[in-house]
Amino acid sequence: MDISSVFFAIVTIVAVVSALLVVTCKNPINSALSLVLTFFCLATYYVMLDAPFMAAIQIIVYAGAIMVLIVFTIMLLNIRVDANKKSAHQLVLGSVTGVATLLLAGLLLTRGKLAEPVCNITTEMINQQGHTQLIGKVMFTEFLLPFEVTSILLLAAMVGAVILAKRKLS
Amino acid sequence: MENLTNYLLVSAVLFSIGTIGVLTRKNAIVVFMCIELMLNAVNLTFVALSRHLGNLDGQVFVFFIMTVAAAEAAVGLALFISFFNNRESIDIDDANLMKW
Repeated sequence: MDISSVFFAIVTIVAVVSALLVVTCKNPINSALSLVLTFFCLATYYVMLDAPFMAAIQIIVYAGAIMVLIVFTIMLLNIRVDANKKSAHQLVLGSVTGVATLLLAGLLLTRGKLAEPVCNITTEMINQQGHTQLIGKVMFTEFLLPFEVTSILLLAAMVGAVILAKRKLS
Repeated sequence: MENLTNYLLVSAVLFSIGTIGVLTRKNAIVVFMCIELMLNAVNLTFVALSRHLGNLDGQVFVFFIMTVAAAEAAVGLALFISFFNNRESIDIDDANLMKW
């Protein structure tokens, strides 16, 4: 067992435990902090998968921007720790659905056949040219139209958020 | 490099945990965070498969998913604030106006 497998195992344990904490914590702030830890683990996976640019924007966008927004909202609304009023049938049905999803994914993973590689972007190529440059080349040639549409989506979201969250002027 | 199946398995586990959270929790913000967890599990699948196939299209998709998640966070949290102003609660069971 080499060092990378050990490292992978450690990161996996941290990721799964913190994901479980997101679901089980009573206080939403604790859930949010556990979710940040999960995001950091995912960024570690991206580095291990030769995608450093993805790891960087995972930290900046998810752990930075989105989680700050969520924590800010939790504190703004000053939500109490929710009283224990879980209904049993909801818990059972939710768990059954979750386990069924996992079993289905496991079935597909064990029975399915992996596709052959289609292009040859290798680790050497990424190290030599830089991951950001490769991503940028694809994004601004092949995916130029989706990229522009994304900017319109962000504008619409910004306007929508302002309209929705402002108090009614009565 | 680690085996691709390991990454897909981790992703499946995270997705299932997110599913359980969405279906069992009552606090709307925690439900929202579980949805973010599910999105991230899918992102991990995209990056792992993109690495396996030697093609960067999957990673560009992850970029777009992150953008949509950011937009979703802004609009969703604005909705929560608006909902809280009306109902004094963030419990999803209180969102029952259209319930038959």
